[in-house]
Amino acid sequence: MKEVINLPVKNVEEEEYHINMGPQHPSTHGVLRLVVSLQGEIVKSLKPHCGYIHRGIEKMCEKDTYPQIIHLTDRMDYLSAHINNHAVCLLVEKALEVEVPERVKYIRTIIDELNRIASHQLWWCSFGMDMGGLTCYFYGLRDREKILDIFEESFGSRLLHSSYTPGGLMMDIHPDFQKNVKAFIKYFRKKIRDYDDLLTGNMIMQMRTKGVGLLSKEDAISYGVTGPSGRASGFSCDVRKHHPYGVYDKVDFREILGTKGDTFERYMMRMNEMHESMRIIEQLIDNIPAGDYSAKMKAVLKLPAGEYYQRVEASRGELGVYCISDGNKTPYRMKFRSPNFSNLSALDHISRGVKIADLVAIGGSLDYVIPDIDR
Amino acid sequence: MNSIFEYFADIFHTVKSLLTGMKVTGRYFFSPWEIVTQQYPENRKTLKMYDRFKGEVIMPHNDHNEHRCTGCGICETACPNGTIEIIQAKIDMPDGKKKRIIDRHIYHLGMCTFCGLCIKACPSDALAWGQEFEHAVFDRSKLNKTLNQPGSSIIKDIVE
Repeated sequence: MKEVINLPVKNVEEEEYHINMGPQHPSTHGVLRLVVSLQGEIVKSLKPHCGYIHRGIEKMCEKDTYPQIIHLTDRMDYLSAHINNHAVCLLVEKALEVEVPERVKYIRTIIDELNRIASHQLWWCSFGMDMGGLTCYFYGLRDREKILDIFEESFGSRLLHSSYTPGGLMMDIHPDFQKNVKAFIKYFRKKIRDYDDLLTGNMIMQMRTKGVGLLSKEDAISYGVTGPSGRASGFSCDVRKHHPYGVYDKVDFREILGTKGDTFERYMMRMNEMHESMRIIEQLIDNIPAGDYSAKMKAVLKLPAGEYYQRVEASRGELGVYCISDGNKTPYRMKFRSPNFSNLSALDHISRGVKIADLVAIGGSLDYVIPDIDR
Repeated sequence: MNSIFEYFADIFHTVKSLLTGMKVTGRYFFSPWEIVTQQYPENRKTLKMYDRFKGEVIMPHNDHNEHRCTGCGICETACPNGTIEIIQAKIDMPDGKKKRIIDRHIYHLGMCTFCGLCIKACPSDALAWGQEFEHAVFDRSKLNKTLNQPGSSIIKDIVE
């Protein structure tokens, strides 16, 4: 006769178990692996595993000269490539005490803001897609295309530009640049209403995001959550306001601050930032001064020995570049303080106690770009 | 009583917000001229890229098969990732001296990151951006290109 084995019966709903979200998962927007500890469908804790797209950019910087480093920074946060370039350029200019022409400052500021709008548009697309609205993806990308065309006309490429060099720009803007930017602003002011109709006002989306994924101001500061995600919690961290670079000290713009710190507030931060960016561009686009598009630089750039730090406001938060120079033409050590890495560290804290479906929405609202986390 | 009222008000608001969203999609459905799809492989003949488009690095030659490259190797050192390889040759000049000229300017397209530093660094403007962007090939070795054409020579007025 067959012996019956009695296995101990476990109550599945009470037991904690782990699932892997990623590395190949559509809502992680890249190769990020989240080991999620679940009880039923409540998230108990979460462990991000980074490194799937680590390319060693910081180490590669040590063998490159300063103009050569620029093209590597594009590939960190590829959606705000111009802003990453700007950080390294400002660092080298600060170390060499070079005064760049006014024209360069104006153009760089306009391009940075255009890049911020393009980045937020793509975020809006993917956030809508995470929440189940695939239509958003097509409308967002359609409008982003207009900005990419402006970039392509002036700098020849659409995503990874490498168009800033220490001291100025690689090439001057196209003669049609101002006309096209003005046409885009006019076009996008009309089209952003579609965004509000489609997703912002949607009650299903609001019910899923309001009051979910709360991050208090104290926690935002202690985790170092910057950018729109940090400002949604009321943490005033806009580098453009507090440590102005470019011509941000000459333009009039608001630092948008939230109070609640939930997913919907983080969503609204980015929607309002697009309006603010358009305001900044409108103030500058007619006043670009004439002049050189690059300062006179030496053929070989050698930074004086010492330590340098420069920060800029990338579209996802504060990007810091730290550099130790020993007086050679290549840096001794280069370190990037990437905004996404710090924002990701708060994900475990934010998502404890939420449902697994809300984790997707929280991840979408933090807007992480994986190559920037791993570098 | 109040909660029942809120319940129905919620349903009403949800339906209204959904209809607002549907209005946007409906408008595009009935106005197909606003759709901006590019039929890429079909429009190949009429597709024109912007003048500054970075397709690949090329070396422009004139009608007499002459280029401007002196083979100085500045582009090779400016390149951050070893995309460019310069092979020089020595020729005997009429006055008995030996002169270095370019033998082959090898460009590894597969390694290129399109940063444009070689073009910016070139002292004699020998390199330029090409408009070609369909780089897909079946074999990786086909991406290694020799930029100076066979039998080409340098334009006379270039001074080193």
